[in-house]
Amino acid sequence: MSVSEWLSALLIAAGTGFFLAGSAGLLRFPDVFTRLHALTKADNVGLGLVVAGVALQTESAVTLVKLVLIWWLVLVSSATVCCLIAGAVLRHGRAPAAEEEAR
Amino acid sequence: MTATTLYALAGIALFGLGLHALIVRAHLVARILALNVMGAGVFMFLIAVAARNETPDPVPHALVLTGIVVAVSATALALVLALRVQAVRGRAGLAEEESPDA
Amino acid sequence: MIPALDILLIVALLWLARQALVARDLFKGVVLFIAFGLLLALAWVRLRAPDIALAEAAIGSGLTGALFLSTLGRLRRMEREAGQAEPPPEDGRRGGWTGGFLTAAGTVLVTALLGWAVWALPAGAPGLGDAVQARLGESGVSHRVTAVLLNFRAYDTLLEVGVLLVAIVAVWAVARADFPFVTRNAEAGSVPPQQTALVNLLVPVMLVVAGYLLWIGATAPGGAFQAGAVLGGAGVLLLLSRPHWAVLPERRWMRTGLAAGLLVFLGVGLALVIAGRRLLEYPAGWAGALILLIEAAVTLSIGLTLTLLFLGGRPAAGDPAPTMTHTNQQP
Repeated sequence: MSVSEWLSALLIAAGTGFFLAGSAGLLRFPDVFTRLHALTKADNVGLGLVVAGVALQTESAVTLVKLVLIWWLVLVSSATVCCLIAGAVLRHGRAPAAEEEAR
Repeated sequence: MTATTLYALAGIALFGLGLHALIVRAHLVARILALNVMGAGVFMFLIAVAARNETPDPVPHALVLTGIVVAVSATALALVLALRVQAVRGRAGLAEEESPDA
Repeated sequence: MIPALDILLIVALLWLARQALVARDLFKGVVLFIAFGLLLALAWVRLRAPDIALAEAAIGSGLTGALFLSTLGRLRRMEREAGQAEPPPEDGRRGGWTGGFLTAAGTVLVTALLGWAVWALPAGAPGLGDAVQARLGESGVSHRVTAVLLNFRAYDTLLEVGVLLVAIVAVWAVARADFPFVTRNAEAGSVPPQQTALVNLLVPVMLVVAGYLLWIGATAPGGAFQAGAVLGGAGVLLLLSRPHWAVLPERRWMRTGLAAGLLVFLGVGLALVIAGRRLLEYPAGWAGALILLIEAAVTLSIGLTLTLLFLGGRPAAGDPAPTMTHTNQQP
């Protein structure tokens, strides 16, 4: 394996690590807000690393553009949707600390 | 056993799960959800069978592709009908299936 | 040896489907079903069906979920208006223990028989792949699925486009449009600014993606159905964040757009019949152009149909709508 292949594998492995952390946060954190925090932050970094890793393996510039576009779209929409969900939960009168849904 | 056989069997299992929920659940929205799972199972069976050849058979692909779009339209119609039932009867369930004490 | 990824994917799919179907809380069930649709798109990729993965990602996990969620919202509102404080508890197992047992046993039996039939399928059945490959050069496109959809089996696709039109006509016959709750907010000017910004950003990208999918369908995975699904998604996003009169075309254009796919498809077919050929038997050299023409019209109709299905009924003249749709003031 060449250096770039090793680097690619390393990046993808690191990315999945972040996904794992985000998913663990989604399952273990106590309320909507901390779960959103875990999910959006960790998954955005994770996806970025995976995209970087896959980008190292592509040879066509068009594929590269598509990959970066995917990451950008996920970044933009997850950041916005996170904000919208948190706002909706707050409007329905659930304060972060009061949320004690055991699950 | 190959991966495609496993997918085909999984499609059948999804069909069975959906069929059971279709019979057992009373709420119309839950039943429409069950129908969608059954549909997904049928699609999965078709595509798994198509994938057994070296290059996948494109005819089932075309079938499933149109099938997905038709399924979402049928789902939309079913959901609108469920809303009508709720509006007329005050609950989204079918008449002959109510327990006598309800 | 089956790859671990496939086993993991299948287990996750079956588990999600089960959880979605047994959930007492319908909202939870629908959310699990959306996750199921996302994983299903992955399964299509594993089964080397990228065309279907594209459609599933847009429809199975996106539009179907939006339809279910908006229906649940409408149901809850109707229950509130009817003075039902709590949604009536769903009667789970009907027919008591014996009934439950018989249902379970019957389902298991049917599933087992079907599974056995799958297991006993003769290996090495050639399918129709070779037949498609043999005539691909004459089809006017080089992507096999598009060749099947729009040429070899174009008659089926024509009827399926007709089914879509029937679906929207039936929905319009049953109910008046119930504009989504958020559209009401949009009219009151209270859509969160982030949402407006996101939609402003995404909708142009989605339009470009739809055009790209339509064009690329001739040579690679893509085509009218995937492009139409993306258009439908863009339409639903618009309906959720703008006053509906700024989104929907005038009623005349709406109806024309809904029927355009079927009309163009039929028109091409009939023109060929008049020219002395069989229905949808394209003349050599014209196939590619005719397929693109049909696909463009079908894309438009599918996109509009999926958008309007989300409204759950017919937008009527009495709906609160400034008719000056072309002025289209943006907030």
